[in-house]
Amino acid sequence: MKYWKGIEELDNSPEFAKKAFAEFPDFLPVKESRAGEAEDASVAPRRDFLKLMGFGVAAATLASCETPVRKAIPYLNKPEEIDPTISNYYASTYFTGSDYNAVLVKNRDGRPIKLEGNPESPITRGGLSARGQAAILTPYDGGRLQHFAIKGKKAEIDAVDRAIQTGLASATGRIAIVSPTIISPSTKRAIAAFTSRYRNVDHIMYDVNSASALRQANGGVLPAFDFSKANVIVSLGADFLGTWISPVEYANQYIVNRKVNTGKRTMSRHIQFETALSLTGSNADVRVPVKPSEMGAVALSLYNAIIGGGTAPALPDKARKQVLAVANELKANRGAALVVAGSNDPAIQTVVAAINESLGSVGTTIDLTNPSYLRQGDDVRMAQFVRDLNSGAISAVFFYNANPVYNHPQGAQIKAGIAKTALSVSLNDRLDETGSLCQYQAPDSNWLESWNDYEPKKGYLSLAQPAITPIFQTRQGQESFLRWSGSQQHYYDFMKEGWRGIIGANGFQAAWDKVVHDGVATGTALVAAPAPIAPAIGVAEAISRLRRSASAPAGSVELALYEKVGVGEGSSEANNPFLQELPDPVSKATWGNYVAVPRSMAVKDENKWEQGDVLSVTANGITIDLPVLIQPGQAEGTVSVAVGYGRTMAGKVGNAVGENAYPLAQIGTDGIIYTNNVTLKKTGANSPIAQTQTHHTIMDRREVVQENTLAKYRENPKEVTEYEKIATPEGLEKPNKVSLWQDYQYNNHHWGMAIDLNSCIGCGSCVIGCQTENNIAVVGKQQVINRREMHWMRIDRYYSSDHHKTEFEKEGKLKTYAAMEDPSDNPQVIFQPMLCQQCNHAPCETVCPVLATTHSSEGLNQMTYNRCVGTRYCANNCPYKVRRFNWFSYYSNEKFEDVNGHMFTDLGRMVLNPDVTVRARGVMEKCSFCVQRIQLGKLEAKKQKRRPQDGEIVPACAQSCPTEAILFGDMRDPTTRISQLLRREDGERAFHVLDSINTQPNIAYLTKIRNASSEFFPEEENA
Amino acid sequence: MNSFLSRTSYWVLALFLALAGSASAQNATTAATVTKQGVTPGGTAGAAPATAAGGGDAAEIAAGDALFKSNCTQCHAVNEKVVGPALSGITKRRPISWIIPWVKNSAKVVASGDDYAVKLFNENGKQQMPSFGLSDKEITSIMAWITSQEGQATAATGGPTAGNAATADGQDAGAAGGAGAGAGKYADILLIVLVVVLIVLVVTLVIIANLMKDVLGGRKDLDGRDIEILEQRFDWAGLYKSPVLRGIVGVVAALALLYAGVQSVMAVGLTQGYQPTQPIAFSHKLHAGVNNINCAYCHTSVYKAKSANIPSANICMNCHSQIKTESPEIKKIYRAIERKQPIQWVRVHNLPDLAYFNHSQHTQVGGIQCQTCHGPIQNMEVVYQYSPLTMGWCINCHRETPLNTKGNAYYDNLVKLHDKSNNAVPFTVSSNGGTECSKCHY
Repeated sequence: MKYWKGIEELDNSPEFAKKAFAEFPDFLPVKESRAGEAEDASVAPRRDFLKLMGFGVAAATLASCETPVRKAIPYLNKPEEIDPTISNYYASTYFTGSDYNAVLVKNRDGRPIKLEGNPESPITRGGLSARGQAAILTPYDGGRLQHFAIKGKKAEIDAVDRAIQTGLASATGRIAIVSPTIISPSTKRAIAAFTSRYRNVDHIMYDVNSASALRQANGGVLPAFDFSKANVIVSLGADFLGTWISPVEYANQYIVNRKVNTGKRTMSRHIQFETALSLTGSNADVRVPVKPSEMGAVALSLYNAIIGGGTAPALPDKARKQVLAVANELKANRGAALVVAGSNDPAIQTVVAAINESLGSVGTTIDLTNPSYLRQGDDVRMAQFVRDLNSGAISAVFFYNANPVYNHPQGAQIKAGIAKTALSVSLNDRLDETGSLCQYQAPDSNWLESWNDYEPKKGYLSLAQPAITPIFQTRQGQESFLRWSGSQQHYYDFMKEGWRGIIGANGFQAAWDKVVHDGVATGTALVAAPAPIAPAIGVAEAISRLRRSASAPAGSVELALYEKVGVGEGSSEANNPFLQELPDPVSKATWGNYVAVPRSMAVKDENKWEQGDVLSVTANGITIDLPVLIQPGQAEGTVSVAVGYGRTMAGKVGNAVGENAYPLAQIGTDGIIYTNNVTLKKTGANSPIAQTQTHHTIMDRREVVQENTLAKYRENPKEVTEYEKIATPEGLEKPNKVSLWQDYQYNNHHWGMAIDLNSCIGCGSCVIGCQTENNIAVVGKQQVINRREMHWMRIDRYYSSDHHKTEFEKEGKLKTYAAMEDPSDNPQVIFQPMLCQQCNHAPCETVCPVLATTHSSEGLNQMTYNRCVGTRYCANNCPYKVRRFNWFSYYSNEKFEDVNGHMFTDLGRMVLNPDVTVRARGVMEKCSFCVQRIQLGKLEAKKQKRRPQDGEIVPACAQSCPTEAILFGDMRDPTTRISQLLRREDGERAFHVLDSINTQPNIAYLTKIRNASSEFFPEEENA
Repeated sequence: MNSFLSRTSYWVLALFLALAGSASAQNATTAATVTKQGVTPGGTAGAAPATAAGGGDAAEIAAGDALFKSNCTQCHAVNEKVVGPALSGITKRRPISWIIPWVKNSAKVVASGDDYAVKLFNENGKQQMPSFGLSDKEITSIMAWITSQEGQATAATGGPTAGNAATADGQDAGAAGGAGAGAGKYADILLIVLVVVLIVLVVTLVIIANLMKDVLGGRKDLDGRDIEILEQRFDWAGLYKSPVLRGIVGVVAALALLYAGVQSVMAVGLTQGYQPTQPIAFSHKLHAGVNNINCAYCHTSVYKAKSANIPSANICMNCHSQIKTESPEIKKIYRAIERKQPIQWVRVHNLPDLAYFNHSQHTQVGGIQCQTCHGPIQNMEVVYQYSPLTMGWCINCHRETPLNTKGNAYYDNLVKLHDKSNNAVPFTVSSNGGTECSKCHY
């Protein structure tokens, strides 16, 4: 008689026989292959591992017997303001064509190592976006072109200059300069100098994410918005907190009216109509999913409801009801209302402008006299340029930090056109998709190596100053233009000359020094005003166009293209590993784009798609293959794909991550339209998406995250937060009344943090700020899939469910809980920054067998890397799951060379923070409350013989937050802001996560308050 | 006989130990006396007002002291000629109206043809005194300080700060010397006397034994057994074969080997005494010791930063553009500047990257003298690593050193709290959390 477990055993194939003896799969993936590569056979067996380890120990012992000779190399001539190991801060500006941030550059021993928001700036007010935080890696990016070149081959700067000048002199046709938006008055002057030297020069600016329709509709200017003055904010698909025009500035304004306390129990109300669930939509009080084709109808219905008038194309019932409700709210708040639209359709923007006009927003929430100078791109001129390039009318073309072959929908035509020009020059910082096609490469220096000025808004100026000498043999683009126009002047002198006109020639030097010191100034620069744009269509014409607009053909799938908060438009950000690994705020996906589909579409009988199934997406005759991600909140019948991926020549990090979605956009007569109708087909392949968190709902676990409505808060602030009580012989008590532990006594400091969930918009700036400050490794896609990401700080995102505890009696507990795991089709979203809670009764401390994690006399939960032996007991015992284990030597394992270049190469290592250890393999790490900053702050105070002042010591996360959601301070000192806040909010909004297990965290959260009628369900359910 | 031998060996051992003990105790005392010869370690930061010996205003003298140390010590001393002349009696030799322009711009005074100035210039090898941007008041306060110091011994130029150094180092020496220093010299003398007495006793005994043997050998009435006893020799072979002795020797040898093994393993990575050859034969003895230059003059950031700063070549040039320009070692600096190649010094004090150490915390806040960790730097021709720089060494100091809380408002409340709860024990660094992991590791 023979028993067998399966058909393989019956056949007893050689393969089965081999496997039968390996009960456990090889578990230590020492040489695991990278994602995308073929699974190789180089997985090391355990015996090899032991051999290697034995050899390693012996080698290390032998090696350590002889101490290596280390050199101490001082300056030859020490600059007066630089002292080794003391950080200097220089004011500068981060602007790469879209996102504007005034920054302070932290310089250590001559190297920029961290960027922080400049609090002096009236525009960004000390906030800094995730992209801005991560930009510190770019100067040290090995993917940059390191020298001037002719056809990609290294050449002397002089030789390139001569060749270009000869080419320009013999140019017969027109000369074109293509660039993204330039808001620098001096750069424009430099280009003007070039233009006046050669005839027939066109300077074409285009924006990858164009807002030319918005400018057309507002008399040729981009309005300056003020969200802080609005009581009702309606957004038609504008992701103004995440990616739209100037997110840090808007987030800063937006949050003013969103913060509440017992003294101020009012909030603005925010209604979002959109297709994909964006960061802004996640923060809205009411979110209405609509198809891109319905957006015009929404705008027109709103117009009709407010101003009155004719018909509008039909809308689905829910959306129609919402539009009417919204119109009433807007009308009730005339003068304090704001409607914004993200669409690049002039008809929609014109109607929205008319609505704003009639609501009296112009002059209050909208400023047209001091407009924004961002997004000066003109789609019509760009389209003309593409035609001219191919017709041969252009004989010389300069690409100044522009990569249209990759990021313009007509990239293929531009590629063909470049070959037809007699002279093509790229000033791009790398040999990218466009630059590699050009004859000459004259790479621009990084902004951290350059002088420049900026005028993001009329009258508001800021400067950039070099924080390091150019690392490579590059030259500032402006200086290149000056050289080619025959001037030998340095750009710095040229710029200073221009500033005499702004700050006056009298006492110029003193005023100039102040501007360089502060980084920001006010004044009127004459040249930066954007070029006029084609006149707008009239309101009547816009209305009739919207009425005519055909809805999408029945049964077709509509595509909405969007930008990611991290990678953005995918220029230099694409090769930035911090941004590639920054989880999308909503989907929590890293490393690559995907097709976001609503669940209703995925479960359809003809589809049956599962997460990770690869679909081919076809539009404009172009097909790209991307995996499916089921996205709650995605409008029915639509899909969304992020642009900015699919680079082929960005560098080691960014190449071959995702697919390029730009060619899927439509070229309309007035500009680029970022929507399209697509056909989707399942390919049968599967490609896992690296998500850090999946479909988590809060499941009524109010111990973790709490929210309530404004109505309830108004009624009684003491009832918005649910405090867990535990049963004792004396009745119900607070959990901390019963304890087996002896409490710590804090004589000196007691550091604590408060995180306001009402202010947190989930932008991820803190995550990157923490990563740069604390030398946190990037692990790559495969390790994220393996759940081994290293971020010390994460932002948990929870969706609401359609089900609720109240159904327990009707449906039964188990069934209800199971149902509650499913997010709603249009869920409410809540963000919760999660980091080490620095518990006073820390579960991790008690289980460490080697005392590597201990409690300090200042309330910190200390982690000592050199004591850790890697048992991981602490991570197991941590209820907040905030400890991270180093599975690999990320700084020396060749597998991580590509993604972790900033720890791998001598060039990259220049960015590391010298005050923080780079952790070795096999040790645990976690948030330290930026103990290096605490120690430094205390030392400064001691040196000056005083106590540290409140606000002097700020951890990186609190520092980078654009909405001031994170407050850090000494809880022992009753006068600090945190002590006052916690006293005030105790019993109202302050709560500890998982209070009932009595870990007594030093981090308190403040309950989120929504300006909506129900805390459980989106508004429409009650409408 | 056996027992006698083991007893003698015990005594010899005891003797040896006693001698060694006293020697090490003596070593420690010499080390301590070395450190007591102060230079100007604390500098301006720790300077307390000097006694108003010269009759001037105490505050003015104190200010002068600080100014002198930060500006003048590299070339001048009060009571002896260094690079420039001794300044003792300068206020009597020249009027203040002459001194002030001289300090501000000596070249101008020389050029004006002033007789005294020209003579001074020629007497000092035509070496020009650099110009100093000091105010008149600052110069007078320096003069006041010089007057107050006139006639005092050279060693006292260090002033009150040298005294601080001595006390700080005295504690160290006490710890190092252990009990030996406390028992004092009586024990030493007693032991030596005892040893001499014992040696005399042994010699006497041997002489007596030989005498008695001779006497017995001369007698004829001894029987066979007596002769046998008399002729008996010590059985060395028996001793050699004795398992007990072999066992004892074996165990002792094994223990000694083990001890040596553990010591050598523990010393892996320890570089105490490390004294590499530097690219330029710079002498701390000459600069810090003989010429009394303040440490912070070259190590500019020792009071304000994590790193003390290895001086850049331009700091050397402050003096050596004038002084000893012909020395082959100094020519190396010129060459470095000409070639724009910084000088590559060899690091002597290396801490592992995982440990964070900040100089200013210890010098500025803690008020610790440089010598406490770096040893008698003013006597080192070539710098060597004086302290072991191990974690145990750090921690020990943190446990034993009282916090320098005086006059620092940061600590006011902490001192009060400490005094209230346990006044008896000193408020040490560790009692304020100074031995917690993340004070140094992060």
